[in-house]
Amino acid sequence: MSAAPAAPTTREHALELLGAMLRIRAFEDRCAQLYTEQKIRGFLHLYNGEEAIAVGVLGALGPADAIVATYREHGHALARGVPMGPLMAEMYGKRTGCSGGRGGSMHVFDVGRRLYGGNAIVGGGLPIAVGLALAEQYAARPGLAACFFGEGAVAEGEFHESLNLAALWKLPVLFVCENNRYAMGTALERSEAVTDIHAKAAAYGIRAAAVDGMDVLAVEAAARAEVAAIRDGAGPGFLECRTYRLRAHSMFDAQLYRDKAEVEAWRQRGPLIRFTTSCKATGLISEEDFQRLERAASEEVEAAVRFAEASEWEPVADLARHVYAERAP
Amino acid sequence: MSAAAAGAARLSYREALREGIRAALQADPRVFLMGEDIGRYGGCYAVTKGLLAEFGEQRIRDTPLSESAFVGAGIGAALGGLRPVVEIMTVNFSLLALDQIVNNAATLCHMSGGQCPVPLVIRMATGAGRQVAAQHSHSLEGWYAHIPGLRIVAPATIDDARWMLGAALACPDPVLIFEHVGLLNTEGEMRADGADLDHAAIRRPGRDLSLITYGGSLPKCLEAATRLAGEGVEPEVIDLRTLRPLDDALIFESVRRTHRALIVDEGWRSGGISAEIGLRIAEQAFYELDAPIARVCTAEVPIPYPKHLEDAALPGVEGIVEAARGLVARGG
Repeated sequence: MSAAPAAPTTREHALELLGAMLRIRAFEDRCAQLYTEQKIRGFLHLYNGEEAIAVGVLGALGPADAIVATYREHGHALARGVPMGPLMAEMYGKRTGCSGGRGGSMHVFDVGRRLYGGNAIVGGGLPIAVGLALAEQYAARPGLAACFFGEGAVAEGEFHESLNLAALWKLPVLFVCENNRYAMGTALERSEAVTDIHAKAAAYGIRAAAVDGMDVLAVEAAARAEVAAIRDGAGPGFLECRTYRLRAHSMFDAQLYRDKAEVEAWRQRGPLIRFTTSCKATGLISEEDFQRLERAASEEVEAAVRFAEASEWEPVADLARHVYAERAP
Repeated sequence: MSAAAAGAARLSYREALREGIRAALQADPRVFLMGEDIGRYGGCYAVTKGLLAEFGEQRIRDTPLSESAFVGAGIGAALGGLRPVVEIMTVNFSLLALDQIVNNAATLCHMSGGQCPVPLVIRMATGAGRQVAAQHSHSLEGWYAHIPGLRIVAPATIDDARWMLGAALACPDPVLIFEHVGLLNTEGEMRADGADLDHAAIRRPGRDLSLITYGGSLPKCLEAATRLAGEGVEPEVIDLRTLRPLDDALIFESVRRTHRALIVDEGWRSGGISAEIGLRIAEQAFYELDAPIARVCTAEVPIPYPKHLEDAALPGVEGIVEAARGLVARGG
């Protein structure tokens, strides 16, 4: 794993990264609460602990780049700039949601921002990202496709098929493996004979590295380097971001498969604690800054909840809309 | 559809498919082909022969044997603004891409609140009759017709082989085109100058019963109809052309005139498209019927290799004629 770069950062940059991670954390914590109040139903997968990856990688992308994420994608949507109101309305299933309420937590879309979904089939998003990248290459556009997936996807055939195809055709794809060590409840070492995931990517001839996914600066630096290489025509890149999920897999998960002590140890290494501590130590940000950002995030979340609460349900008469396209795309 | 110029061209179904593909590639630079052995090899069934030399590797793309990846890449490319035409060698291989077809192509538009239509065309060979046994011979288009969000078409004529692809590419939805292997060498004149994806067609008008079929069973039904006509029975032969959406209106209209319905489907009987068609007739035209709805389908076995057993498993002209006779003898 590459060492965390002692990247000098400006105060503005530090505030931006911290603010982005705090927004995600505040959103996710509020979602958990709304779930217990039965405002949010279905499956809810929270991103607590993994914020540095979405914030670090998406910070390295441009607006023309396409994104494919998984069912644990609220953080990616927020880091991409999806407004929090429509995102929260999607959690509720309201018509003002960013997917019109049709998708819910696992299927957040915002095509205007080139976010092509939360995909809830493990591995299912990888071929789509390959195709989005093919469209960029075919049309000689400078964009790339960033594809997020968990380490569980590595066991799927689609992972291997997609990596090979992307490498074979030198497609502009940035594969980002969010290795949080557990595929639902199955530990990586209980499902993979080779647990160094980036080594599998390297076997396909893809530039691949492992990054400390709890260090937002390390993720950002690695992503920037990869994005530059991909834009230079060097073909796909692969980042294995080693991280940890601080909450349960979903709201149905009793977490029988891991120790509380393990969770606690990772909590102390969490991306927010770590970044805040180091920024305070170097004097880049103050406790006051932190409090202000946290308050702003909390206020934004409450406004989003009010927006979602006030939004209308889609009329049942519209049930069959969008099964087929209403206009030529 | 107007008839084309007087000197209508005579060509094979395979050539008609190729002409459709060539025309699509010429008409729109966003159109490209992707699939196994479509380029250098010329296509497993030679449909794409010569296209690599004409259009180059950017647009005629040989893929690895990775059905899920290249079908999914087709979805992504469609989302990215291209018009991919993906070829899957046979319907049996499409099962390796079922996740992408059913979980993504069919759902993204709805799941995204209409933001992500998927204008993807997937062509695949279907059907039996070439003694290639139980992993290359099935007719699973009825399965796919079960899925909302997909459009399922089955060209059975030279005109549809030529024109359905263009219509599919003009459609913003994922369209699956099922090309029956038994039709590839059939020949005929091209008469139409276009095709739609919404309507069934009457291929032979009649009055005594409605023979409802599609794809590779159409020539069998037409032959059966000729024989029945010799016995004084005039069947009306309906080519469904599209299995989703089903053109109910034409089916009901025909049954209201003939009062008898015989469905011929190379899919299996249990849970097949023939069951769907039959029940729709029962729901909407029950009191028009003078006899129970009847079906000729494939026997409920994986398609066997030996010719005599394969023939016995599939709908055949003799079986269709017999079923029609039985139907006409009843009621009235």
